[in-house]
Amino acid sequence: MTVDWPTALPLVFASLMGLAILIYVVLDGFDLGIGILFAAANDEEKDAMIAGIGPFWDANETWLVLAVGLLLVAFPIAHGTILTALYLPVFALLFGLILRGVAFDFRAKVPPQRKSRWNAAFFAGSSIASLAQGYMLGVYVLGLQPGWPVVLFGVLVALCLSAAYVAMGAAWLIYKSEGELQVKAVRWLRHALIVTALGMAAVSLATPWASPRIFEKWFALPHLFWLLPLPLISGVLFLWLFALTFRLPAPGDRHALTPFLILATIFALGFAGLAYSFYPFVVPDRMTIWEAAAAPESLAIILVGTAFVLPVIIGYSFYAYRVFGGKAGDLRYD
Amino acid sequence: MEPDAYLLSRIQFAANISFHILFPTITIALGWVLLFFKLRYARTSDMAWMRAYFFWVKVFALSFALGVVSGVTMSFQFGTNWPGYMERVGNIAGPLLAYEVLTAFFLEAVFLGIMLFGFRRVSSRVHTLATFLVAFGTTMSAVWILALNSWMQTPAGFEMRDGVAHATDWWAVVFNPSFPYRLVHMLLASGLTVAFLVAGLSALRWLMGDRSEAMWKALRTGLALGAILIPLQILAGDQHGLNTLEHQPAKVAAMEANWQTRGNVPLVLFALPDENARTNRYELSIPDGASLILRHSPDGVVPGLDDFVAEDGTALHPPVMPVFWGFRIMVGTGIVMLLVSWVGVWFVYRRAVLPRPLALVLVPMALSGWVATLAGWYTTEIGRQPWLVTGVLTTREAIGPVPGGQVGFTLAVYLLLYASLLVAYLGTLVFLARKAAAAGDESPLPAVADSSLNQPLAGE
Repeated sequence: MTVDWPTALPLVFASLMGLAILIYVVLDGFDLGIGILFAAANDEEKDAMIAGIGPFWDANETWLVLAVGLLLVAFPIAHGTILTALYLPVFALLFGLILRGVAFDFRAKVPPQRKSRWNAAFFAGSSIASLAQGYMLGVYVLGLQPGWPVVLFGVLVALCLSAAYVAMGAAWLIYKSEGELQVKAVRWLRHALIVTALGMAAVSLATPWASPRIFEKWFALPHLFWLLPLPLISGVLFLWLFALTFRLPAPGDRHALTPFLILATIFALGFAGLAYSFYPFVVPDRMTIWEAAAAPESLAIILVGTAFVLPVIIGYSFYAYRVFGGKAGDLRYD
Repeated sequence: MEPDAYLLSRIQFAANISFHILFPTITIALGWVLLFFKLRYARTSDMAWMRAYFFWVKVFALSFALGVVSGVTMSFQFGTNWPGYMERVGNIAGPLLAYEVLTAFFLEAVFLGIMLFGFRRVSSRVHTLATFLVAFGTTMSAVWILALNSWMQTPAGFEMRDGVAHATDWWAVVFNPSFPYRLVHMLLASGLTVAFLVAGLSALRWLMGDRSEAMWKALRTGLALGAILIPLQILAGDQHGLNTLEHQPAKVAAMEANWQTRGNVPLVLFALPDENARTNRYELSIPDGASLILRHSPDGVVPGLDDFVAEDGTALHPPVMPVFWGFRIMVGTGIVMLLVSWVGVWFVYRRAVLPRPLALVLVPMALSGWVATLAGWYTTEIGRQPWLVTGVLTTREAIGPVPGGQVGFTLAVYLLLYASLLVAYLGTLVFLARKAAAAGDESPLPAVADSSLNQPLAGE
């Protein structure tokens, strides 16, 4: 069997990019969520929360660099089209990420009286970055069109994605913290979960309504039947998680990691739904992945490297997570 | 009236990349210095080495964070402001950037966590290995980025098909003519930046009354590193200049402010190059100097700027003033570095003292590496204009469709943000120095209540 590389390579890279975005959203999602939750935490809790993400955030953010890097290298034309259309939201995202990233380090090193200033910057940066990501997702879902309805929808998705990140952050905290903070985190998770569910429902309904093509893909028979499990499983997981929040923290700290894993699964399912909707377009309804792809020989040389390096990256990332596993209180700062 | 998006985008990218390079310049070499401290500790069990490590690892963490966030910003700005760049040369730039992320960025980001917080969690050997991997990762990052930058200066190993660059020989792409020179020059620049930062901040601690062994160890390391690297850098810089003469003669003509192609070209020490009159005003020069440096012969022919003017009179060479002065500031800083580090080594190693005037000189010299690095990058990057990729793509061709008003707005916010972060960064370095100076060798190892991102302490 011969492989048609010019057809296969853009597909492979679209999948890789999707994977990088999904990993980014799950991993940096909890970092950003914890940043937003700074608004509701006292000073002692803030230190514990930072300890829970301290060793990871840098590597987590690198997945965003990989995702945008893959967009840039594999789909150079789409990269320019998408990023110029989203000029200001991208700027807001970068502004937020800069603020978040440096506040993280500054807050631990400046004179104590200035610490609260950097705590505020950490909250602001995390919020701005989350909102900007949600807004961009909303505008992208509606095909990067101008107009007020699109802006409003973008704002709606911005709020819902931020809520989803808050849920991720709270779920991570349940795993990383103990005592009062853990109880608080369970409550945070429950509240954020409601908004997250509404948001996912809104995006799921808006996407087919905004594009007849996507409507056709979902609701034409027989597609509907084998796509139905996607929303159904998500719904069941949401309900299970919601019910679980009334039983946590459990004796012996059982199920501490379960909420995070359930949420990650929900994210993955939602992401799969989006990916199915947009395939084969990289700029919705305008540019397919084959139209936007870089030269096959360039893609091939990246793929060779990726095939070797990506498993190694995932391997040592697991190692790092294992080294810093368990409660964040175990991180000794004394 | 809509402001000029092209000019604003250029200023924005220049501001961004100038801010960015300050921090990798530190982390590339500081990683190796930290590894040195760690290895000395492993060999001697002298806690002072570990105290030096704990102090400088904080500087590393802070610099690393600033480098990461400004680097992420740049990777987005390719798309938001310069989409023409990836459209024309994406087939070449893409793989180089991808390999940077895959082989370097992840390595440093993942092992940074273990390096910063893992001292207690993993064995000392694994901690040393993490330190090594972070240092190696930052250096590999520099290798890929400099390969790409050098390719933009002196492109090779490609062909144009339908207006898009396609690689024909990856070996030639990576090892393009200016790459080895630029790489060595930049790695040495990073080493010097760190050498003087370490020496300068240690001198600041000394002035604050710190006489701890950790301070002395860092001070000696910094001075020795500077004294060893600066002659190497002068040699490497000379070779890099000869390479530029061969491949980018217009840049060298601008660096020397030499207007006519001729022999016996003087070395201009001071001048105000005037591009309208196409001559130098207030010139002060050494006869035959430039010919001697560039051709190693007094009557050697040096290219002149007038060779790079189109028939209609438009200049095809870079703007002369910034390239000329950028080069002079870089070289001037290098000469001061040579003097200060050699005098410093003599006092600190031979006489085992740090005279107060020397300490007072070393403190401002802490930032001399930044000055030289920026001046050097301005020379080489402005010296590439009007090209973005020499002979392939002009900077103007790469600009995107975003309106000038939006670029003006984002530029203003970036400038404000970068200025505040720079002030905060320098302020924090001074604060960390003051805290370390106050504690001296008695510093609790290594953390206090306000430092939830500090090193966990060594086993005690």
